[in-house]
Amino acid sequence: MPVESIFHRLEALLPKVQKPIQYVGGELNSTVKDWDSADVRWALMYPDAYEVGLPNQGVAILYEILNELPGTLAERTYAVWPDLEALMRAEGVPQFTVDAHRPVRAFDVLGLSFSTELGYTNMLTALDLAGIPLLAVDRGEDDPIVLAGGHAAFNPEPIADFLDAAVLGDGEQISIAISEVIREWKAEGRPGGRDELLMRLAESGGVYVPKFYDVEYHDDGRIKRVAPNRADVPWRVHKHTVMDLDEWPYPKKPLVPLAETVHERFSVEIFRGCTRGCRFCQAGMITRPVRERSITTIGAMVENGIKESGFNEVGLLSLSSADHSEIADVAKGLADRYEGTNTSLSLPSTRVDAFNIDLANEFSRNGRRSGLTFAPEGGSERMRKVINKMVTEEDLIRTVTTAYSQGWRQVKLYFMCGLPTETDEDVLGIADLAKKVIKAGREATGSRDIRCTVSIGGFVPKPHTPFQWAGQTDAETVDRRLKELRDALRNDREYGRAIGYRYHDGKPSIVEGLLSRGDRRVGAVIRAVWEDGGRFDGWSEHFSYERWMAAAEQAGVDVSWYTTREREENEVLPWDHLDAGLDREWLWQDWQEAVSGSEVEDCRWTPCYDCGVCPTMGTEIQIGPTGKKLLPLTVV
Amino acid sequence: MQRLRVRYAKRGRLRFTSHRDISRAVERAVRRAGIPVAYSAGFSPHPKISYAGAAPTGVASEAEYLEIGVTTPCDPVQVRQWLDESLPYGLDVLDVVEAGTGGLADRLEVSEWEVRLSGADRELAEVAVEKFLAAGTVEVERLTKKGPRRFDARQAVMELEVSEGAERTAAQVGGQSCVILRMVVRHMTPAVRPDDVLTGLRLVADFAPPVPPEVTRLAQGPLDASTGALADPLDLDRDITRGGEAGPVGEHVAG
Repeated sequence: MPVESIFHRLEALLPKVQKPIQYVGGELNSTVKDWDSADVRWALMYPDAYEVGLPNQGVAILYEILNELPGTLAERTYAVWPDLEALMRAEGVPQFTVDAHRPVRAFDVLGLSFSTELGYTNMLTALDLAGIPLLAVDRGEDDPIVLAGGHAAFNPEPIADFLDAAVLGDGEQISIAISEVIREWKAEGRPGGRDELLMRLAESGGVYVPKFYDVEYHDDGRIKRVAPNRADVPWRVHKHTVMDLDEWPYPKKPLVPLAETVHERFSVEIFRGCTRGCRFCQAGMITRPVRERSITTIGAMVENGIKESGFNEVGLLSLSSADHSEIADVAKGLADRYEGTNTSLSLPSTRVDAFNIDLANEFSRNGRRSGLTFAPEGGSERMRKVINKMVTEEDLIRTVTTAYSQGWRQVKLYFMCGLPTETDEDVLGIADLAKKVIKAGREATGSRDIRCTVSIGGFVPKPHTPFQWAGQTDAETVDRRLKELRDALRNDREYGRAIGYRYHDGKPSIVEGLLSRGDRRVGAVIRAVWEDGGRFDGWSEHFSYERWMAAAEQAGVDVSWYTTREREENEVLPWDHLDAGLDREWLWQDWQEAVSGSEVEDCRWTPCYDCGVCPTMGTEIQIGPTGKKLLPLTVV
Repeated sequence: MQRLRVRYAKRGRLRFTSHRDISRAVERAVRRAGIPVAYSAGFSPHPKISYAGAAPTGVASEAEYLEIGVTTPCDPVQVRQWLDESLPYGLDVLDVVEAGTGGLADRLEVSEWEVRLSGADRELAEVAVEKFLAAGTVEVERLTKKGPRRFDARQAVMELEVSEGAERTAAQVGGQSCVILRMVVRHMTPAVRPDDVLTGLRLVADFAPPVPPEVTRLAQGPLDASTGALADPLDLDRDITRGGEAGPVGEHVAG
């Protein structure tokens, strides 16, 4: 039976809301399939505003792959802003997809991609607007399977009560596999109902179904054990890894929005995974090993993507894009191909070395030479050893000086505050470093017209990293250090005016810390925050620290126990039954080495140090060089 | 440099696009279509595309205009096809001509609007229109970015009449009849928009439709000196380049 579009009801509300275009769909390359042409139907949600969610690569890739799959359809849904939410509640309009404006509750699966934990309250809004019970146990036959993916799903325990299932890792193959399990179960007449479907998914070992695992606690609050409560449910659930990215050249048909979004460009992932080994970086730990896309596939994807989208900017994405084994040839090849076409190229994540300036020069050949960003992350040599960010002060100053001498006027330096073992001196070291950078830059260029901006993020210890045991630095200490750093920068007569300073206060990081390393008991806090009106927690104008603290108190959750407390080696962590492939003993050893300041090399170029991922996951490093070059495009 | 003048429509759900949304969509469509658009010189080059008299967000239109500068001469018929194919469904290219002399914006002197009022009472509407037209001035207030502004909404209104029609869009209950206001409004500063006229109707006769109105611009252009009717602004370009082939004025496409 076809499902009716709710657009006519939504349309009457749109003249009353901000930026109504974000709710109407109709993007170039979007897909609307007949409801009855598919027997498995996915609603894919990025739980943030459309302007943030639309450019998300994960959702875009799965949307295309699922729509290509016969008998399957996928539509997208995003968080609605509070102005529309209020009108939808008043008029009884349900959460809808932007593609065909179908009610989300009519789908078989609601798949949510969590890049950050701060989207959790938006998930609750969407469930509630959709008419789907918030708690998984209350859901019936007609409700979709609520499935989480994305990096935050590597510890879904705080939202375990709201989820039916979660998947870890790359979504391409597992989303197809899940579709086939659902298709079969539906074709058989839904035997055993919802429970059996979830069992079939859980048995595979590739889908985590929280309700099939019981958590027991010690009297002191620590977890005693997490164990399956049914036979045939595996003790551990494993992450998924797509090998050979050339086989998965998505997006092929990039979505081009009418509304303005945060990234107005065509993005190509040039590789997945990173083995630089930065100890704070969850993305680098959970996406191993490195798998490169070949230079020829990158070239073909860029050519196709520009043609299909009309974007005038191409982003070459990865966790550390300059590390692609053929990045120089990629950069030169693309710059040659698009010379004179007003197409700009960008390389969002780069490391600190002179080679990157050559790349940046290549990319800015025809365009502006405005700013370069480097991320030393730690202010002192000691701090950088702790986090395994192998950049010496000498490297940094030489790199930045080269940039200034080659015409770059503005350099942005990114650091973190609140890192394990950090002292006031480590943070004040950032000021010294910034001053040295300006001093060297002035000497090299003979000009005072150079600037640097120091940008600081708060460190949050993340699951599946060596810092998963670390105590998070409390907000007061972070704020005090940031203030001292600000004074040290501002009060400097010689260099103060050439140095910009951007930072956020330490409170949001504490909430992020609670959600990152929380367990199932934190779910009550999320729900209480949401019931109190918490929405869009990733937006400073909507976020309320006080609301989170009040909700935690109400739920009897001690925030500092979850955040600033350092864990012992043998404490059962809430995510220990979820397998990112990393050997727990290796992680602990790396944590100990962090504290003693010893560094680990990148396994792409040095022998394997047994992090455990490749053997447990049956994967391998896939890197070039292929030796191929990008040939000029024939004139269009 | 050849300049091409484009008439396009903003229809259906795409009436919710803002002016900025449209300009991004057009820039991308031009690139996809391979139209050799010219770029401005300087530090940050921009494609030479300019817009005249854009309809507000939420208002549909059958008569929006833009001008594209191209580096190599193009056949307007080809450009019409390419651009229309490249733009999203609902942003539809209706006409393309090569620009003659004289600015396009100067020719857009008046607009013809259609305002559909679902669930409104026709007799009350007629009374209100009569009172409005009889008044010398009708002061209305609108909230602008600079704060509230008061101005006369009466003087700019050249024609205003009431009719009735069937429901067109799905926004209201299907099949029900609705009151239609058709108005011809002179472009002035500050601009008098259909919703200002609706405010005027409320002020003179307490006439207030129960749901938000659906507004469509049907045409905009110069006033014909002899007949006083609204003329196709691109006819002047056609007179120069192709000897007066008739344009599609009055061709309303329901969407």
